[in-house]
Amino acid sequence: MSLLDPVTTMLASPLMQRGLIAALLIGLAAPVMGTYLVQRRMALLGDGIGHMALTGVAMGWLAGAAAGPASPDALAVPGAIVAAVAGAVLIELVRTRGKTSGDVALALLFYGGIAGGVLLIGVAGGTSANLTGYLFGSISTVTAADVWLTAGLSAVVLGVGIGLRHALFALCHDEESARAAGLPVHALNLLVAVVAALTVSVSMRVVGVLLVSAVMVVPVATAQLLTRSFAGTMGVAMGLGALVCVAGLSITWFHALSPGATIVVLAIGVYALVAVAAPVLSALPARRGGPPGDVRGGRVPVRSEA
Amino acid sequence: MSSASAILEARELDVVLGSARVLHGVDLSVTAGETVAVLGSNGSGKSTLVKTLIGLHPATSGGVRLYGADPAGPSRAVPWQKVGYAPQRTGATTGVPATALEVVASGLLHRRRLRPGRDARARCLAALAQVGLADRAHESVQVFSGGQQQRVLIARALVREPDLLILDEPLSGMDRASMDALAATVAALQRRGATVVVVLHELGPLAGLITRTVVLHGGRIVHDAPPSSRGTDPGVVDAHPHPEPPAAVPTAPDLQRQW
Repeated sequence: MSLLDPVTTMLASPLMQRGLIAALLIGLAAPVMGTYLVQRRMALLGDGIGHMALTGVAMGWLAGAAAGPASPDALAVPGAIVAAVAGAVLIELVRTRGKTSGDVALALLFYGGIAGGVLLIGVAGGTSANLTGYLFGSISTVTAADVWLTAGLSAVVLGVGIGLRHALFALCHDEESARAAGLPVHALNLLVAVVAALTVSVSMRVVGVLLVSAVMVVPVATAQLLTRSFAGTMGVAMGLGALVCVAGLSITWFHALSPGATIVVLAIGVYALVAVAAPVLSALPARRGGPPGDVRGGRVPVRSEA
Repeated sequence: MSSASAILEARELDVVLGSARVLHGVDLSVTAGETVAVLGSNGSGKSTLVKTLIGLHPATSGGVRLYGADPAGPSRAVPWQKVGYAPQRTGATTGVPATALEVVASGLLHRRRLRPGRDARARCLAALAQVGLADRAHESVQVFSGGQQQRVLIARALVREPDLLILDEPLSGMDRASMDALAATVAALQRRGATVVVVLHELGPLAGLITRTVVLHGGRIVHDAPPSSRGTDPGVVDAHPHPEPPAAVPTAPDLQRQW
């Protein structure tokens, strides 16, 4: 028996094929929007949207149950997309026009989203146990239709996030100056919010709404330790995201573990490893006579002025 | 309300931020080719004035025109590609790292241009060279000093090759060589007929280039004239001349300090 046999067996499983394709797409797409959210210091936005998505799942259940008892789950993802987009737009409106601070608005969505989800799933005739797969992710819930939906939404996220990277960077780096440059800031802000909501919706099946933000943010946090440019951070984060999602899901084939939790723990483990190793790697060029500060980590203070 | 050749105008401008009235009945008209220094003490309303003039703060009452259009209105009405704005450095060094080149390239964008374009790299390097940072184009601005970060923001405004350049306290954190380089840049802009509005605490090395000084105190304009009209050499201006909103022009001893 070859060492690769277990891997071959895993790859031959239609369930894992679907799951791995979804994990790869999510791993690539989620950090793209995560990079913009971290840049504008809204790393927890994904969590707030995720909680709203849970209410959307329950709304989908309610609509599905009303349509017929055969598949109350069928409208869960469309419901999540609608609720996540509505929640993201709401947060954006509160952030830019409201008198409530951003963190309070996020807290309201956190609590309201969870409470609304549990309440509505009960009204639909289900129990909170029906939400568990969406809370923590479940590979068993990934269908062929989900893979196509994931591919479509990921294409939108990657298309917007990479295609408009210059304008979105300008917006997230310095919104005030972006306005002074005449960029369509309101439209771009709404676009970021909506695409972040789509990212949460697409990631929900594999990692769950409670952990989706981690897939958006943790690879970016790791990449920050290794790069000194925005483009580099995004590229490395995409690679790390894809790596931990595929590797984490693969681990769950061999061990009965939650895919979402495994992926996130793996991502945090990589962060810890890089955080320990980065200062060592950064110091190497300096010892070889490289200019101070001209290191991959870019964390060495270089101050020629006061 | 627009006067001939005025590219920036404020009429009876009041701005209230929160519960504070920051600007009181400000009248100002800047014509093409002027180099205007907006002076005043901390909290006098200098930054609020220039931000309102380019639509970053809404006018509570009164009117503002930028190239004849309301800058806070539909953005397509203003030729934003002609405007370069360098804010006062915020000091933020967290978030995702970005190279000086990336930050400057973002200055090439405007409503009709969401990508920097083919010649972006050369233009950005030229702008960074103007502020003496071309050799550090590929470094993260997070490791730059405050003065260097300020210079990157100025390069981001310069890369637009603006007809109107607005600088908010550009000298903060700068060393003498950087100040002189900025003065040379402003002089070059003057030679090609650009308009410059610069918020300052002190004229410093820009003194010889300023064609008009506007002094704010308590949100009101208390002085608006060419520097020479004060009968002083335009050295350094300490612009908090009056404990109360005054009617008189600040006197030379109040305003001048050797730089």
